[in-house]
Amino acid sequence: MIVPAQSETTMHRSATAGEPGADVAIRVRGLKVGFGSKLVMEGLDLDILRGEVLGFIGASGSGKSVLTRAILGLIPKRGGSIVVDGRDIDALDKSERDRLEQRWGVLFQQGALFSGLTVKQNVQAPMREHLGISPRLRHELAMLKIELVGLPLDSADKYPSELSGGMVKRAALARALALDPDTVFLDEPTSGLDPIGAGDFDELIATLQKTLGLTVFMVTHDLDSLYSVCDRVAALARGRVIAVGPISELLQSDDPWLKAYFHGKRGEGRRINRITAGETRGR
Amino acid sequence: MSSAPSVKSEMIDGGVLVSLLGGWTVNSAPLLESRANILVVAASGAQTATIDLGAIEHLDTAGAWVIDSARARLNAAGVHAEYVHVLPDHALLLREAHYRPYELPARPHIPTAPSLIADMGESVYDAGHDLAAGISFLGRLVSVAMFDAFHPRRWRMTSLFFHLESFALRSVPIIALINFLVGAIVAQQGIFQLQRFGATEFVVDLIGILVLRELGVLLTSIMIAGRSGSAITAEIGSMKMREEIDALSVMALDPVEVLIVPRVIALIVALPILTFIADMAALFGGLCVAWVYGGISPEAFLARLQSAIGINTFAVGLIKAPFMALVIAMIASVEGFAVRGSAESLGRQVTSSVVKSIFTVIFIDGLFAMFFAAIHY
Repeated sequence: MIVPAQSETTMHRSATAGEPGADVAIRVRGLKVGFGSKLVMEGLDLDILRGEVLGFIGASGSGKSVLTRAILGLIPKRGGSIVVDGRDIDALDKSERDRLEQRWGVLFQQGALFSGLTVKQNVQAPMREHLGISPRLRHELAMLKIELVGLPLDSADKYPSELSGGMVKRAALARALALDPDTVFLDEPTSGLDPIGAGDFDELIATLQKTLGLTVFMVTHDLDSLYSVCDRVAALARGRVIAVGPISELLQSDDPWLKAYFHGKRGEGRRINRITAGETRGR
Repeated sequence: MSSAPSVKSEMIDGGVLVSLLGGWTVNSAPLLESRANILVVAASGAQTATIDLGAIEHLDTAGAWVIDSARARLNAAGVHAEYVHVLPDHALLLREAHYRPYELPARPHIPTAPSLIADMGESVYDAGHDLAAGISFLGRLVSVAMFDAFHPRRWRMTSLFFHLESFALRSVPIIALINFLVGAIVAQQGIFQLQRFGATEFVVDLIGILVLRELGVLLTSIMIAGRSGSAITAEIGSMKMREEIDALSVMALDPVEVLIVPRVIALIVALPILTFIADMAALFGGLCVAWVYGGISPEAFLARLQSAIGINTFAVGLIKAPFMALVIAMIASVEGFAVRGSAESLGRQVTSSVVKSIFTVIFIDGLFAMFFAAIHY
């Protein structure tokens, strides 16, 4: 899909705009979101490029999940525009909007699996509603998705309450991928996982992203995820995106918050580990 | 948007060349299966089949799966099938979503008649189990309550008054309304039947005895089972689901003491009060109808009422109320603790809490009726 040239010219060039000429999947401009008298987003600009993994960081409570939910249309916005594939989502009618949402997959922070359905039924739920396929193919595709996300096949008939935290995330990812979406939103996919599980999950996301050509928007606190899978990282503070770019660029930033984030005790430790690991690998 | 998937086949020396065209994606899901069948039919019988993927516009895992399972079916039928002109992206997809047999789980065959009998046996067993669990819970409740009774500092007055407000005060309008209506209906029916014998004034006896002994407490209990019992089950159940009960336990707090005792006591206090209000509302309803419909003046109604009922008639109803309250609160709590992880289980337990409470309330009312008849009270 091509972004109309006209909207390109009216856009002011800001620090957050993507590479000129890059294929923008979702373009957020001047987004305002608030609760009561408090404004959480004060004119936020962000481009999500097609086929990239965009990491989204920010302090707890700064509104990362709010942005995700605003893009998904779960929270009403007070101003600004969200343009997907060159079309403003406010201008879409119901059926166009439904079609758009079928091409989005969402992994909620707590998984949000339907507790009354088994894992397989959870994955099949969107297929059952939106695809007119035979029960046999539905079964096969669901099992394929379950295997793709690295769940053992015998977990297909388990209920969400019988799964561990990591398995819930995987099952939720399988459901998010059920309709072969082209954009997936991941809300803290690795939170609550052990480092090995989190590393596996990062790898899984990277593999799936390459195989399926996904655009991934990932809200995360996990520095390792930022280093290993994200093509670009956007930082949210004070209601707007203060920096966006490859992680190496953000590391050079002078912004006090970013400095504290990356060069704090934990960040610095991780980075040194990374660097020494990189050196050993290089040798 | 890519075009619909389609299949073109032609014979080449000794084999079949099948070209796949269009978009093989989940968007055209219903077509995928039929197109794959065409592919299989076109190539079956031949020695070799060459599947040309060069002209595919779009491919995703669903498409790759369908294509690869068609290839697997051909191979199983003895046709040597292979891909040509595979784009790197598509090769990756075909590798990730390569065909592997996923057996459809066989639907277990359950014979109807034996399972019916088995279900019946199970429900009897469950009923017995419920009774045992209820008695054990009652024991726990009493031991905790007794311990608390001698330790006034452990009384949870805030919690108690909070529940009293929601169980008692907030129930008053609906309890008063339904009992007023029932009193009015009973009076109307009574007058209608009794006037044929010229005994219209006996409607006062009818209402007085029926309402005070049975209807007031029964209707109130049923209403409270539906209104407050379900709330208790849902509260306890959702706390159980979110591990809040476990959190209480590890803080060295007894969930029964913190959550159940205040609710049970609040309900035991609330139900007699509500029963009294219900009695008055029903009598008032009867009085209104008797006046308007039966021509019995309020003065005559009250005078007749005084001679028709004794204090024991009034006491019979009120005595039952705390027992009903205890049963409702206990069933609601036990069901709340029985909630497991899923939202469905919460719904099931709330339903069963209400059904069991109402059944038990009516059952106990029957026992009381026999008891009071035996002691001539």
